[in-house]
Amino acid sequence: MSNEWPLWEIFIRGQHGMSHRHVGSLHAPDAEMAIKNARDVYTRRNEGVSIWVVEAVHIAASSPDEKGPLYEPSNSKVYRHPSFFDIPDDVGAM
Amino acid sequence: MYAQMVKTAGTGVKTPDEMSDQERAFQARIDAGEKIEPRDWMPDDYRATLIRQIGQHAHSEIVGQLPEGNWITRAPTLERKAILLAKVQDEAGHGLYLYSACETLGVSRDELIEMLHAGKMKYSSIFNYPTLNWADIGAVGWLVDGAAIMNQVQLQKTSYGPYARAMVRICKEESFHQRQGYSIMMKMAFGNAAQKAMAQDALNRLWFPSLMMFGPPDKDSVHSTQSMAWRIKINTNDELRQRFVDQTMPQMKYLGLTCPDANVKWNEDKGGYDYSDPDWDEFFAVLRGNGPCNKDRMAARVKAWEDGEWVRDGLMAHAHKNKIKNAAQVAAE
Amino acid sequence: MTRDQALFQFLLRLGDSTLILSHRVSEWCGHAPVIEEDIALANTALDLIGQTQFWLELAGEVEGKGRSADDLAYLRDVWDFRNLLLVERPNGDFGKTLMRQFLFDAFQSLMLGKLLKSSDKRVADIAEKASKEVAYHVERSAGTVVGLGDGTPQSHTRMQAALDDLYPYVGEMFVSDAVDAVLIKVGIAPDPASLRADWDALVGRVMQDATLDIPKDAFTHKGGKTGTHTEHLGYILADMQFLQRAYPGAEW
Repeated sequence: MSNEWPLWEIFIRGQHGMSHRHVGSLHAPDAEMAIKNARDVYTRRNEGVSIWVVEAVHIAASSPDEKGPLYEPSNSKVYRHPSFFDIPDDVGAM
Repeated sequence: MYAQMVKTAGTGVKTPDEMSDQERAFQARIDAGEKIEPRDWMPDDYRATLIRQIGQHAHSEIVGQLPEGNWITRAPTLERKAILLAKVQDEAGHGLYLYSACETLGVSRDELIEMLHAGKMKYSSIFNYPTLNWADIGAVGWLVDGAAIMNQVQLQKTSYGPYARAMVRICKEESFHQRQGYSIMMKMAFGNAAQKAMAQDALNRLWFPSLMMFGPPDKDSVHSTQSMAWRIKINTNDELRQRFVDQTMPQMKYLGLTCPDANVKWNEDKGGYDYSDPDWDEFFAVLRGNGPCNKDRMAARVKAWEDGEWVRDGLMAHAHKNKIKNAAQVAAE
Repeated sequence: MTRDQALFQFLLRLGDSTLILSHRVSEWCGHAPVIEEDIALANTALDLIGQTQFWLELAGEVEGKGRSADDLAYLRDVWDFRNLLLVERPNGDFGKTLMRQFLFDAFQSLMLGKLLKSSDKRVADIAEKASKEVAYHVERSAGTVVGLGDGTPQSHTRMQAALDDLYPYVGEMFVSDAVDAVLIKVGIAPDPASLRADWDALVGRVMQDATLDIPKDAFTHKGGKTGTHTEHLGYILADMQFLQRAYPGAEW
């Protein structure tokens, strides 16, 4: 069991200048094979133009218990969202 | 349904009074339609049940490659061959997505595979039936994928985030599977006499096993309540089975094929078809290992795994050597 | 031999080789050592089926007897097939399958590279599409051959055995005959013999990384390209053509 191929997280950039997006995981012996496997597994329907792979153990994540302190402060900063501002229709698209 | 007869861990649904604070908060999140994510707190029984259910679902995809794979080299045209191969390949992909979802619960893919091979985990009963003529490939797509999709569409809304996301991807990719099956059925049912006979033969053999995919009747389904409270099961077995029969009968009529169940009849009052139950003794016999293909299916999977060990180890050893080589290079610079 | 007669033979050599290899590779579906490899092999087989459809459709067109790609694939007997003997070799273990794949991919990538400049636009167009697929095939199969050759002692031994076993089928890829002579003259296809040096260089590099020794004995089995096959092809066709033969004229 110690010989199991490590788990990799796969991020793919779609066709249209978007950022890389997490699409799923797979197993591979190393980064090079992970990229090849990602091409075969996750772009079977032309889904991507660029692939990132990160070994799952190297991903540091925030703790779910900190959800409140991390994200709630931004809830009060409603001015960060464009819908906060009323712009008269006459001004046109903005 | 690729996960049938999943035994729910635990002792049954607890009332709010019986729950700990954590359990109450957890249930409240589920009731509010929130998704549970891998690092969130969850009851041990929720985790254990999900591992069983997602694992069984993943195993079904992988074992499910075999009955259809059986016809890849015999597909009758180059186009049919390519479509079938692409479809069976998709099943492998779906197995991979589901194993990945299961791995977020703290169990490795190799562990899951070894539990399957040791007979400690199950896969859907349907894949223990043989594909005997080319129309079976049509009927599998039409009926088996049809039944699976019916279940999987619901599971896109399941409470466990990674499982729900895998389902979204799978449903998107599967949309062509049922259609390719039906398109084969049309060619066969509207073809020459021999083809028509193959189509009817395939339907005769696969109709009741397809109904079994939804699991035993609700009255005998002891594990559903807790799983439904956790939203890892959304509809009851009988609801989905009824929906499947109602959807399939007009399609069968269009093909001009005869349902092997002589009792199938439109019931105006309930706005659905009446139909006969499959033989549940047969269902349990298949689950216990006595279906027509259980031994062959498991033998094929175990052989692939054991024969592949030197390949997995070899590629891993090479990666390890490279890592050491690269580290030495960096150190030297 | 007219230009079209030669071209027909040449297209069968290309299309039959991809067809029979796709058949062999597709036998792995559901049985590979790990899911990721199962999916990758299916992709390779799918590409090869697609290429077969293009080559055989063009072959039917060039022949001018109204035969479709399916007619050619499903309704010819062994002696009419023109594939390399290499691709009808049984799969053996996964290592042998990947070794066969790499030896073929290396050849095919060089051949397609030349066909991009074919004087026949139809050939060049198919080569254009196929060469993109094959560039990936050769990268992937080379990587796997290196990984397994330079893996564990067991994987090394198996890969060396695979190379020793398959190497006598390599030479046929580079044999030139009257068919080639006609096509070289009109600029449709290269002389297969002219691809050998580049192939040796590419394969030499990969085998070195894989720590594998290329056999010294240069014996060459041949006959596939002119219709004299091994016993294996008959069984492949019995399998592949079963439905078309058992139910003549049916639509599928």
